Formats: sequence, structure tokens, C-alpha cells
Amino acid sequence: MSRLATKFAEFKQSGHKALIPFITAGDPNPEFTVPMMHAMVEAGADIIELGVPFSDPMADGPVIQRASERALEHKMSLRRTLEIVSEFRTNNQTTPVVLMGYANPVEAMGYESFALAAKNAGVDGVLTVDLPPEEAEECAALLNSYNIDQIFLLAPNSSTNRIKKMDSVGSGFLYYVSVKGITGAGNLDTSDVQRKLIDIRANTQLPVGIGFGIKDAETAKIIAGLGDAVVVGSALISKIEANLTAPEVAKQDIIELLKSMRFAMDNQD
Amino acid sequence: MTETTNSYNMPDERGHFGPYGGLFIAETLIPAVEELEAAYKKYMVDAEFLAELDKDLQHYVGRPSPLYHAERWSRELGGAQIYLKREDLNHTGAHKINNTIGQILLAKRMGKTRIIAETGAGQHGVATATVCARLGLECVVYMGAVDVARQIQNVYRMELLGARVVSVTSGSKTLKDALNEAIRDWVTNVDNTFYIIGTAAGPAPYPAMVRDFQSIIGREAKQQCLTQAGKLPDVLIACIGGGSNAIGLFHPFIDDADVKMIGVEAAGDGIESGRHSAPLCAGRPGVLHGNRTYLMADDDGEIIATHSISAGLDYPGVGPEHSWLKDIGRAQYVSITDKEALEGFYALTRMEGIIPALESSHALAYAMKLAPTMQSDEILIVNLSGRGDKDMQTIANHEGVQI
Repeated sequence: MSRLATKFAEFKQSGHKALIPFITAGDPNPEFTVPMMHAMVEAGADIIELGVPFSDPMADGPVIQRASERALEHKMSLRRTLEIVSEFRTNNQTTPVVLMGYANPVEAMGYESFALAAKNAGVDGVLTVDLPPEEAEECAALLNSYNIDQIFLLAPNSSTNRIKKMDSVGSGFLYYVSVKGITGAGNLDTSDVQRKLIDIRANTQLPVGIGFGIKDAETAKIIAGLGDAVVVGSALISKIEANLTAPEVAKQDIIELLKSMRFAMDNQD
Repeated sequence: MTETTNSYNMPDERGHFGPYGGLFIAETLIPAVEELEAAYKKYMVDAEFLAELDKDLQHYVGRPSPLYHAERWSRELGGAQIYLKREDLNHTGAHKINNTIGQILLAKRMGKTRIIAETGAGQHGVATATVCARLGLECVVYMGAVDVARQIQNVYRMELLGARVVSVTSGSKTLKDALNEAIRDWVTNVDNTFYIIGTAAGPAPYPAMVRDFQSIIGREAKQQCLTQAGKLPDVLIACIGGGSNAIGLFHPFIDDADVKMIGVEAAGDGIESGRHSAPLCAGRPGVLHGNRTYLMADDDGEIIATHSISAGLDYPGVGPEHSWLKDIGRAQYVSITDKEALEGFYALTRMEGIIPALESSHALAYAMKLAPTMQSDEILIVNLSGRGDKDMQTIANHEGVQI
């Protein structure tokens, strides 16, 4: 069983809802990322999602686009992102790390080299936004052979058949994109999410993480009542962007936001 | 013995041209492309749809476009007989409308009320704004800020036609960034929005669909050449940005093994300078904008900034079918620098009284090199994909002239 599957099985037993913060590797600088990952775990993160910077992040809103640009200015890359995971693993062998990015850096490295490097670095899951099941077969099989989960997305307009398909090809967890839109979207409607989750739950036993547009503790609490994991990204990266000259302040603000989310998620009415 | 046919039959049912093409998109867009795929399959064999398309192509676009024997220029070059496929004479001034007129008819039948498009030189944006005006549909065109500045007249044309032009300031501020932004819009407004992609690239079924709409160029050229010269051409030449005018000319000739096909990419300041837009000549396979194809990317898979004097060729990728035709050796891909393209531009303007688009000037410049090496009874067709009116400012700047 993968580290992600084991974690989610434990959470299911205890009724714990996972908090998954997302930051872009190397933003605002490469030295920031590993200490930030450890601090997020301290603040209550169960799984860390690490964005791999890409020059053309088509599914991302302006906040994560700019995070990617800042990281690329520091020559961040898929290889260097894997080095960051390795470094994180020297002091943490239990918190799952999921890479989130786009297909081309993986294509450039080659699926086989990538799968092996990801395993050696201690990666647990890979979410490639523009690699739907139609094109993911080869990459997913290689990752699975190293006990790494390929994480697939579901969207508000995914049909029941599509959910069944994801159930059969996916592992680790399914990531439900809670709005039709890009990351950091402002139009999250939690009652829509609630309705869609009925269809999803009826067609898969895989844990469901929910992300896109979750900005505060109150929303995190509602979403935690619906899914198995809450993903928060743009709201954290906004803190980095607001404090580019003072990364330590950004770090504190991120810790505080995560703690407030953790507290709200753990204290359901 | 059973007779076997070797006729070209790409893409496969999943939109692959060998390893290229495919469906590399985010999950939210899957229902949209599935819906489009179903409509495309249904209507491309629907007699009523095809009749409406033919009627519009004839009476609104002005087809067939002439195949013009450039006798003076051919004589001057002293080799092959050069024929120009006059896509520049289409309504809106380029081949782009062959595709937008087809896609808008699909959008109408699918009940979509909002149209989005990306544009580089602005020709596809104008062709989209035009068909939207005609059908009274909302139209939003994404255009890189750099291109907005160098193609300001086309921006104004789109606005006159009622479109909203969004200047894209992310990334390199050119065509690839306009595509990124259009995709972001599409994901957000997927229920009511139809994305009219302007070139034979993107997720399946776009590469095949755009090719099918543009293949009118090659079908006409073939007939016209047989009628006028009594035989098939020896060589076809077309410029390649995304490659829609080229695939439109090439596709009907793919099974005619004796017809050579040459695609001309933009070498910008020269391939060796690194400042170019020639993924087929100097790139590598990768994934961008929904398909696998040759790309300009670095060792880490990050997309490299491109350069060309012509906004319409300033793109780091290329339609996936060209990648396939390159790998199987059916088409040949070469490149022409900014400087050479300008020579092609001036030659046609002065020799034949036809002012070509800077994009098409790349194809003309290669014809200038090739024609003198050919026999005088050989035929070379150049796709004159667009007219040069939109490039007056660029040419004047180049000459240091104020207009």
C-alpha cells in the first residue's frame, strides 16, 4: 500500500480530515521551500502538495502563475523540485508529498527516469493537470510500479461514467476541482460541492480531496464536512506574494492561516 | 491476392498522429471536447451542414480562390513555374476564415452563445470576430500584448466588428500566452462557450477538424492545377506557424507520392541565434496546449521564448500532423530568416503587384531559393496564405518610414 493510501486508511478510522496545503517549489526563492514544508506539517498539514513550476500553467489563476514565474526566475525545475523533496525527507519520512504540475517537464525528463527519480526522492503522488486517463496509462503504470499514486481530477461537469473511470484508473485519492475554473477562483459554491459529492461517493470508494477556491477557515470547515481532504493553495501563495521582501512574515501568515483551518476542520458542529 | 490500399488515414480514433496529437487537457474540458467531437463527427457527414458550409464559402468568403500563374516572377527566377494559391483574396484577407466559418456553424448547431479565440497576427481574431458579427454572437479574442502593439490595425478591426479584445500580459505576451488565457477562459465558461482554435493544433478533435476545414485549399488547388497545367504540381510550399494553411494545402496531396511538400518555419534572426520560431527544424517533442508535438523547450521542459518578424509565426509549437509528416518523411520542413522573408515580401510586391503577408513571405522566400534549381516545365505552388495590409506598420518601421 502506498504512503497516501495508508494515511487515508488511518484517517478514515479516526474520522480525521486531511489538510493539504499547496505551495510552488522555489517560490519566492529555493531556500524558502523546505523549512516552509516542515512548518506546515507543524501547523497541522497532513499531506503536502508541491507545485512544479511551468512556463505555461494553463489551469492556474494569476496568483499561482506568478508563483511559477518567481520560481522559474530562480531556475527552479522538475529536477530541483525533486531535490527539495529529498531534502524534506531527511527530516520527515511520514508526511506524504504530492507533486502537482504539467506534462511537459515530465515528458522532457522521460516517464521512466521521472518515475525512478520521484521514488528515490520520496514522492508519494503525482498530479499532472494535463494528463487525463486518456494519455496517462504509461506514466501511471510506471509510477504505480514504484508505489507512487497517479492522482486524477474530477470536475463539476464530470459525468457518472467519468467518475467510474477515475475510480478504476485512480489510486491514493481523487482530487475534486470544486469550481469550473482556474486555481484561486472566487466562485466556490459549497452547496454545489455537496450535491456533486453524492454522485462521486456513490461511484468510488477512493478518498476525495477537494480544492480550488478554498480561502478561509470557515470554508475549509464546510468542505471538510463533505470530503476527506481539503486542499488550499492560492490563499497561501497570496501571503508569499504580499510579503516578497519579508519571507519570514509570509511564513508566519501561512502558519496562522493553516492553524485556523486545522482548528475549524477539527471542530465540526 | 487481396488488394491493399496505402492511403493516408490519420489521426486514429483517439486523435493520435503516431505519437503526436492526443488529448492533453484538464478534466473540466473533457466534456467540452467530447461534445465537440460528437458534433464534428455528426455534421462533417451531414448533407445539410455541408451544403450550408459550401454556400458560405462561395458567397461570403469568395471561394474558390484563384490559382494564379506568376509568370513574370517565374521568368525572372528562371526555373519552375510558380503558381500562387490566392488565399489572400478571401474575405478578411487570409485563409483563416475557411476554418472560422466552419467552426461557427458547428457552434451554432451545438447551441453555444459565446465564442472565444486566440490570435497572433490578428488574422484569426478578425476572421472569428467577422463570423460572430454575422451571427450576432458574443466574441472575446485573446491577444498577447506584444502582438496588440505590432498589429494594432487588426485590433481595431476586431473591435469594429463588435469583439472584445483582451490584451494578455502574462509570460512572453505573444500567441502562446494568448492560448493559455483562452484555455483559462474556456475552463471557466465551459457550459456556454465555444473555443474557435485558429490553427490545426490543440486537443483532439481540433487538429483534424481545422485541417478538414482548411483542406478546401488543397482540393481546389489540385483541380485548378490539373485544369490549367494539365498535371499535378511538383512541389507545394507553405509557411508554418501552427501550420493550418500548410496542412490545408498539403492534405489532399498526401497520397500523391510524387508531389513534394515543404513547410517553411520562421528562423527569425537565424536558427543558430536561438531567436526563432522553428520547432520542427530545431525543437523536440513535448506536450503543450492539449497535444504532443514538436516544441521549443529547454532541457527542463520549460517553453522557450520565440521570435519572428511575423506575429502569426511567433509560436513555440506546431500542429501535431506536421510532426508526424516530418517523422515519416512525407513532408520536408525548412526555415527562412526575417531578412529572407522581407526579400520575398519585396519580390512579390514589385514583380507581381501583390503585397503578401509577412507570414506568407516566408514561403515565397523559400520558393525564390528553390525555383531556380528546378526545370521550367516543373510546377511549384506557393500558398499565399494572407495579404500584407496588416503589416504596413512593421514594414514602415523596418524602413524607418513614418506613416
